Amino acid sequence: MFRSLMEKLKQGLAKTRNLFAGVASLFRLKGRVDGEFLKELEKKLFLADVGTAATSSLIERVRQAYMDKEVGVDVEAFVKTHLASLLEGAESRVLKTGLESPTVILIAGVNGSGKTTSIAKLAYFLNKQGKTVLVGACDTFRAAAIDQLAIWCDRIGVELVKGQPGGDPASVAHDTCEKAKAKKVEFVILDTAGRLHTQNHLMRELEKIHRVAGKVVPGSPHEVLLVLDGTTGQNAIMQAENFQKAVHCTGIILTKLDGTAKGGAIFSIKQRLNIPVKFIGVGEKLDDLEPFDPEAYVAALFS
Amino acid sequence: MFDGLRKGLSEALKRLRGRGRLSEANIAEALEEIRKVLLDADVNFSVAEVFIDRVKQNAVGQEVLRSLDPGEQIVKIVYDELVSLMGPVDSSIPFAKDRPTVIMLCGLQGQGKTTTAGKLALTLKQAGKRPLLVAADLQRPAAIEQLKVLGEQIGVPVYYEMPEEGKTVPSAVPVCLNGLALARRTMADVVIFDTAGRLHVAEMPMEELKQIDRQAKPDQVYLVCDAMTGQDAVNSAKTFNEALELNGVILTKLDGDARGGAALSIKEVTRVPIKFIGVGEKLDRLEEFRPESMAQRILGQGDIMSLVEKVSRVQSELTQEELEKQQKKLQEGDFNLNDFRKQFEQIRKMGSLKDLMGSMPGMADMIPEGEDPEKAFTRIQGMIDSMTKKERQNPDLLDQNRRRRVAAGSGAQPQDVKQFLGQFEQVRGLMRSMAKMSIWERIKMMTGMSKMGAFLPGAKIKTKGDTGHRKTPKERAKERKDKKKRR
Ligand SMILES: Nc1nc2c(ncn2[C@@H]2O[C@H](COP(=O)(O)OP(=O)(O)O)[C@@H](O)[C@H]2O)c(=O)[nH]1
Ligand SMILES: Nc1nc2c(ncn2[C@@H]2O[C@H](COP(=O)(O)OP(=O)(O)O)[C@@H](O)[C@H]2O)c(=O)[nH]1
Ligand SMILES: [Mg+2]
Ligand SMILES: [Mg+2]
Repeated sequence: MFRSLMEKLKQGLAKTRNLFAGVASLFRLKGRVDGEFLKELEKKLFLADVGTAATSSLIERVRQAYMDKEVGVDVEAFVKTHLASLLEGAESRVLKTGLESPTVILIAGVNGSGKTTSIAKLAYFLNKQGKTVLVGACDTFRAAAIDQLAIWCDRIGVELVKGQPGGDPASVAHDTCEKAKAKKVEFVILDTAGRLHTQNHLMRELEKIHRVAGKVVPGSPHEVLLVLDGTTGQNAIMQAENFQKAVHCTGIILTKLDGTAKGGAIFSIKQRLNIPVKFIGVGEKLDDLEPFDPEAYVAALFS
Repeated sequence: MFDGLRKGLSEALKRLRGRGRLSEANIAEALEEIRKVLLDADVNFSVAEVFIDRVKQNAVGQEVLRSLDPGEQIVKIVYDELVSLMGPVDSSIPFAKDRPTVIMLCGLQGQGKTTTAGKLALTLKQAGKRPLLVAADLQRPAAIEQLKVLGEQIGVPVYYEMPEEGKTVPSAVPVCLNGLALARRTMADVVIFDTAGRLHVAEMPMEELKQIDRQAKPDQVYLVCDAMTGQDAVNSAKTFNEALELNGVILTKLDGDARGGAALSIKEVTRVPIKFIGVGEKLDRLEEFRPESMAQRILGQGDIMSLVEKVSRVQSELTQEELEKQQKKLQEGDFNLNDFRKQFEQIRKMGSLKDLMGSMPGMADMIPEGEDPEKAFTRIQGMIDSMTKKERQNPDLLDQNRRRRVAAGSGAQPQDVKQFLGQFEQVRGLMRSMAKMSIWERIKMMTGMSKMGAFLPGAKIKTKGDTGHRKTPKERAKERKDKKKRR
């Protein structure tokens, strides 16, 4: 059903290999694990935005386990397994659903990260599985944000609840949840305006949307998905921290992985905040959404 | 964050306090700290390596200044290097006189291109221009509508062609050309293309941009980049720059808490100026780029500026002492190229040459009008370095043969060497006559000197009837001719 992530990532990589990407394949190097090898490994991880903390702890582990040993499949397996294990967790990677319909999914994130597009993809994904979906256009701020979502919903054939541009987003959330209850729709997806996690009043606004949903549909939102732009660097960690504080994120959609960026900040986010990645975005089309697979992701880091 | 850096640095450098010079070995730990700071700020890994190397070269050999913590001294070097790499400031947009000036915005998806198009249009309108926005994003749903709404908000016309729903998306090239034609008809004087976001690895979309570039010939192509971007910034910036020859960069979303290391990475790979920054979603939230605040941001919050100021103060005190020594020599009538070079070094340490030019005797006169002082002095430094010790002490030794040798050694033309020596001779002449003057006469001579110069001995000397304006190249040429005649 989904095109393979590896394929896409390889396409991207083929074209940028000579830019800053570095060595062809780290684990094909001849010789022993030494300072130079570790430095190369470090570089790879940094270039994938894994960041200082996660990178140095991994390098330290490899040093302890493999220093002076032959470079080969062992080290490769160790590194990859270890990295993948950092991303695994007890939580299921599938969407949590409510005991009763509707299941409410709240989408949040900073400006331009891919929220609206991801909602379209998610609605399409659910719709194709035969689920009924109602989308709420709670981004009443950005110019033409409602039109954008309306065009997507039109293409997929799912219904949209919208308010007025400049209107109160929480009341759109309210109306959407009410309507879903009345019509016995299975999934509600709420789009929200992009907001920087440093803008307190906007974070309060998001909390309010969250609260309103919970009032109309007790126990909801069942999923709060934070949409992170895969090209973002270490700031992604601050984003996750602050959105987590405001609305308790249950998962991440990591977008724009069809380019050359890797979004390696997810390692630190998982370690510190325990928010798992649930989906990745690999393009601008409706079927460019894939369930997150840690092994494939880690393999792509080194491809 | 910054406190961390400071602590780390003072640990690493404690042993250094009051001990001779900074050397590769004794600053290694400090540099490692700084590398971490840069990486945490999202400076690209490879860019950070190059940067650290440069800092190392600047730092090694410097004396550990008394009353300063060596860590503070390194931070200042790093700060200066960041500022100089991300500068110079150039927020100007060159305008064509007889036709509309065309600006094209490009970049990855969701960076802020459309918003920035609106911001630029508003800024230009407020500056008395008549902008036209062109909706060249035919990809993203409702992108045209978005630009139309923004245009309405600021009262700027928007040219668009609605693609028919269901049909394959047509090319944006004719839209741009038609928009340009409309601008000519309606006497709009600036046209802004808002293009679709695209990945640098996507061949077809990149080809479309190149087509717009070739056919609509934008005067200015700006890359719009999200300040939160991580390591990947170099990949996209490099590809966009190779495809389109960027004229500038606009960094968006700096109203958040991103450290913005991408600014350094992009500048390093494109070498084009960062023109503006976006600091909010509203259309009046566009500002000129300032390398100083960006450098501060990359190094982390905290009191970095007071630290930088402290180091500058100490450095300038020391520089002043050194300059006073020079001044004494000068008064004794033996001022040679060695002294000249030393003085120049001292001043260079104090900051931007452009600003400090006035504080060195005759300095401004040695730079051809319009040339970047940094470059000019690097050139001059090269010439002096190619001279023997004897020649430097006694420039009169430099006959034609020797001048030719110096020229070859420094990659300059023989006439450059001659010109420089001529100017130096003049300055020295002035110095000598000044040395004989009373203090009052000297003060009288040093009229109209810069603020900085006023506090330094040997400030800029204006001998000719001063009109107070910067001489045009023509005036300079005439002056040179007159001087020659006199000789
Ligand atoms: N290449 C690529 N582009 C994406 C992806 N997800 C979103 N985008 C693009 O990113 C831009 C911003 O997306 P949008 O959904 O409007 O972001 P929002 O502001 O967070 O709602 C649009 O041009 C999308 O087409 C992705 O996975 N890959
Ligand atoms: N906070 C903030 N948001 C911005 C800034 N510039 C753009 N945005 C937001 O970023 C998102 C994407 O902007 P847009 O102009 O649609 O990006 P495009 O896809 O590159 O055309 C929108 O939500 C904008 O409001 C900025 O400087 N600060
Ligand atoms: Mg949106
Ligand atoms: Mg746009």
